[in-house]
Amino acid sequence: MKFPDLTELALRNLRESLLRNSLTTVGISVGVASLVAMLSLGTGLQQMISRRLEKSGLFDTVFVSSRRDLRGGRQEERSGPTPGESRVLDEAARAEMEHLPNVKEVYPDIRFSTELQFEDKPHLTMISALPFSAKSNDSFDGMQGRFFSSDTAPEVILQKSFAEELLGETPPLGQPEPSIVELAKPLLGKDLTMRYAQRGESADQPPTPGPANKENEPAGASYSVVSREQRLKIVGVADLDPESMRGPMRARVFLPLRYAESLHVMQLVDLREISRAASKEPVYSSISVRVKDPSRIENVEDAIKKMGFSTFSILDASRSLQQVFRVLYTFLGIFGSLALIVASIGIVNTLVMAILERRREIGIMKAIGASDGDVKKLFFAEAGAMGIAGGIIGVVLGWAIGQVINFGTNVYLKSQSIPPEHFWAVPLWLVAFAIGFACFVSLVSGLYPAGRAAKLDPVQALRYE
Amino acid sequence: MTTAPTIPAALGTVAIRSENLCRHYRMGENIIRAVDGVSLEIRSGEFVALLGSSGSGKSSILNLIAGLDRPTSGSVVVQERDLAKLSREELAKYRLHVVGMVFQSFNLIPSMTVTENVELPLRFAEVDRGRRDSLAREAMERVGLKARMGHRPSELSGGEQQRAALARALINRPQLLLADEPTGNLDSHTGKEIMDMVRGFNRELGMTVVMVTHERALAERYAQRMIFLADGKLVADWDNDPSTVSGTEGGLA
Repeated sequence: MKFPDLTELALRNLRESLLRNSLTTVGISVGVASLVAMLSLGTGLQQMISRRLEKSGLFDTVFVSSRRDLRGGRQEERSGPTPGESRVLDEAARAEMEHLPNVKEVYPDIRFSTELQFEDKPHLTMISALPFSAKSNDSFDGMQGRFFSSDTAPEVILQKSFAEELLGETPPLGQPEPSIVELAKPLLGKDLTMRYAQRGESADQPPTPGPANKENEPAGASYSVVSREQRLKIVGVADLDPESMRGPMRARVFLPLRYAESLHVMQLVDLREISRAASKEPVYSSISVRVKDPSRIENVEDAIKKMGFSTFSILDASRSLQQVFRVLYTFLGIFGSLALIVASIGIVNTLVMAILERRREIGIMKAIGASDGDVKKLFFAEAGAMGIAGGIIGVVLGWAIGQVINFGTNVYLKSQSIPPEHFWAVPLWLVAFAIGFACFVSLVSGLYPAGRAAKLDPVQALRYE
Repeated sequence: MTTAPTIPAALGTVAIRSENLCRHYRMGENIIRAVDGVSLEIRSGEFVALLGSSGSGKSSILNLIAGLDRPTSGSVVVQERDLAKLSREELAKYRLHVVGMVFQSFNLIPSMTVTENVELPLRFAEVDRGRRDSLAREAMERVGLKARMGHRPSELSGGEQQRAALARALINRPQLLLADEPTGNLDSHTGKEIMDMVRGFNRELGMTVVMVTHERALAERYAQRMIFLADGKLVADWDNDPSTVSGTEGGLA
């Protein structure tokens, strides 16, 4: 029989015992819905967590430092060549890293401690430069004001506790902290004056006393340090916890990266690398390399190590997380499939019943020339049609269940003043997989009834009343 | 597929030949010999009646000729096909293209319209929809059911249902028409109409007809040959000239 005829006959037969076949289809769709619900919960949770981790900039970032940085003593694992043979983290190295495959962005970590004046009062603090890409960082989710208008704008974003300090509003113990909205209101749009030490090109006599002031230049290297002042506009106040951050986020005041670079602020590394720092090119204490795809981080890390630098990333943590999710998926999948397996027994039952009912019909079809294959295909098509219908309804149902649970949970989260979260995801592959799996289960369930129908003896079947 | 009706004007080519045909059933301890060593020959274009009381094995022989059943021993050869040697698939093809069947209880599929019932064999033969429609229309016209095409079998009278069954049997232009008590569920008038139609197929389309009946009068009236069976054995084989039988209504008594 041709496929359109087969489909037509199968659908007609399904319509004939509409109630029974609908109930069976509902059974399948409930099974599919539970599978979709379970797996989309798993997917959603994984997506939510990886989204958070990605935004935190930990999982897609390789922190690069020169082995010459002898600070040490930090808990993270460092590996690489011995200090003697390592390279200097300069502009050339940065450019080289930018050209590595899978690298999205390379930016130096500029961090310095300096003095900020607000309404003529000095405040000493740690300032850090942020790449413009940090705009999408969820650390700035609850920020008041706005992000930098450009990468070169003379603007600052303050950390909440620093805003409190500027306003002189340190709350007494036990009192509720002032809200970020209250803090931001008097500060946004105001100016700060930043005083800093600029590393300039070699001059005969440095105008300010400083650590770089040298009497002789045996290596021929020298540079000047100039005290400078810059007016900066406060554009945002962010609720960040500097202690929990890493890399460029460990500061209380933030500047746009390109702007900060253009200031040529004197940094500690300039002292250490004095022989090289005399040139125009800056030397960096550390560089952050962001990769396009977190799964590629290992390749990038290896490539940078080969260049002769120390690297650090939280690769292993992300690996074990994936492992956890794989186990979670399997469990959710097994539980979700249980309902579908029960539904598949429903299909077998329905079709075996249909054979009993349509015994005579099968006999007639065989008498007028239907082959075993025709009969088999017909029952198969009926099982398949129930599978497809159940699959589609089930996906919609599963999606709806997910939406309802997501909504309900977010209402609860809101009442607990936790920001809402999208932890439910029905990706396209899951839709295709669920419908495909429902079809597969249905066809497997149809195997036995179809075989039985095909083997029916037409003489017996026609005698049957 | 649908072959042009071969009109075997030359009676004499053998359409069906059975040799020592046996069909035994096992029922518990007992073996039932439904067909027990029947040898016969039916020529192309013949109209043969198989007569006998119930349980004589006449329907079993018909099922064996139809390829619905397989012999326990012996052979049945139809149009040079040894049915016992055909695979299940080949038997289905044989039933589809060589044989048309009508039954006492009509055996239309109740969920389908009359037209759909009539064209069902064409679906199995994978005939295109357009050609299927025209063939079904043609067949329905031939049996005078054109006005009832969209109806369900349950909306039809017994005679109309049997006519639909005849149209279905006809649609693949088979060489062989097998009828199992075709008038058994009909009143005598409707029965006569159906039988006249069957005779028309035999004479005009040249179909070989094998009809099972227990009514001797019906056989005498339409068949050219009467084969009598009892307990699965052939007991008599008479030539009959239907034209000599008077056209009284008593023919279906």
